[in-house]
Amino acid sequence: MIELALVGDPVLDVVPVEDRAGARVFVDAHIAPLANEFERTATVPETVLDALSRAGLWAPFLPTDLGGRGVDMVTLGAIHEEVGRGCSSVRSLLTVHTMVAWVVNRWGTPDQRHHWVPRLADGSTLGAFCLTEPGAGSNAADIATVAEQTPDGWRLNGTKRWITNGRRADVFLVFARTGATIVGFLVPRSTPGLEVSAITEVLGTRGSMLAEVRLRDVALPDDALVGPRGFTAGMVLTSALDLGRFSVANGCVGLVQACLDASTSYALERRVGGTALWDLPLIRSKISDMVTDVRAARLLCTEAGRLKDAGDPATVMATWIAKYFASVAAARHASEAVQIHGANGFGPDHPVARLYRDAKVMEVIEGSNEIQRLTIADEALRGLAGSPS
Amino acid sequence: MTHTPATTDAVLGFISARYPRAELTADDDIFSVGYVNSLFAMELVMFLENTFGVVVPNDELRIDNFRTATAMTQLVARISAHPLSGVGS
Repeated sequence: MIELALVGDPVLDVVPVEDRAGARVFVDAHIAPLANEFERTATVPETVLDALSRAGLWAPFLPTDLGGRGVDMVTLGAIHEEVGRGCSSVRSLLTVHTMVAWVVNRWGTPDQRHHWVPRLADGSTLGAFCLTEPGAGSNAADIATVAEQTPDGWRLNGTKRWITNGRRADVFLVFARTGATIVGFLVPRSTPGLEVSAITEVLGTRGSMLAEVRLRDVALPDDALVGPRGFTAGMVLTSALDLGRFSVANGCVGLVQACLDASTSYALERRVGGTALWDLPLIRSKISDMVTDVRAARLLCTEAGRLKDAGDPATVMATWIAKYFASVAAARHASEAVQIHGANGFGPDHPVARLYRDAKVMEVIEGSNEIQRLTIADEALRGLAGSPS
Repeated sequence: MTHTPATTDAVLGFISARYPRAELTADDDIFSVGYVNSLFAMELVMFLENTFGVVVPNDELRIDNFRTATAMTQLVARISAHPLSGVGS
């Protein structure tokens, strides 16, 4: 049983979040104190999902004329950082919802936008992003889910795995192969042939309500397809992953900040042989590295967000770099945070074991770090041309 | 803004900044030389939209419109002449 009473009423106490400061207050009241429980139960309860809706946190970047609040990307990143500081599972829910909402708003037809965007903006419809399969992760080109055109629209067959919020989502953005391209389809949860099974045994982000989603002869109308067909259809997927990567990068900054906060508090109170951990040089060096990396990662994320707000294509590479740096930092510092806590860090009385498990996930999702290192190397070529990097 | 040689030069400049080893002319097929992947396609569309103040509608996102710098110049000119063409149309 989750002790929501400890942190106040999750509905009545919520006010709309406008910025980092508001997100911090919300997270400290409604997410961070419950994060270990989300992990233990592998669930984020409906009361918290509703609180996220009331705070306007699901997709605040959506346009005001369709129910959003027009929040810029720098602010969105800061909000996702704060949520990531509190709980990577909750941040993951925001990430995939953000990707779905962004795709519909950017690539949808006017009818699709007017139908879906207001629902996605207020959280009355939650989205899940269905790309990964048993045989395809970062190698998205290898997906086996197929979409066949029929006289009435489309028919989908395939299996998606590790689908964040798959257990709870109301609409699934499913990517499928059609001919030589990969296209996305909006599939409501109630669509016949769509089956969801929960995945609860997982290394990290256990609260993110992961699921396997099977599609068996799922019949869809023609207007379920989102975005262009042909060679640019892949841009729908690429652009969504770019935003997902941005969210994960910011979430990793929050994760490092959580490691820093927990380690600092513990080092100040824990004594060894009459000396506070805080005064031990090797502990101070670990904390110094956390302080340095969290600031560096935050700056990289802010720059990626600034470039997104400017519509500058350099944001694509900036986001890769931010995610790579921040996820490596998260994995490193989560490990060090456990080290600082010693055996006390292994259990549920501190957040660091959860942070450690969650951090490893970040080096894999939204493009593994190996893929990122291959991609970022191209930035050296841009430097040779004398362009600002 | 006119969308002729200056536009073409800007497009070529963007491509060469990204791929400095490429030696492309305005009419070279950028797909045939293997420089385009999904990431670069996204950057290319963002570049056109940001630099020339247009929004490329879905029905203009065809491979032939991005095959050469000349084709992209013509695309920008066409969209600029019909600014009501919107996203997702």
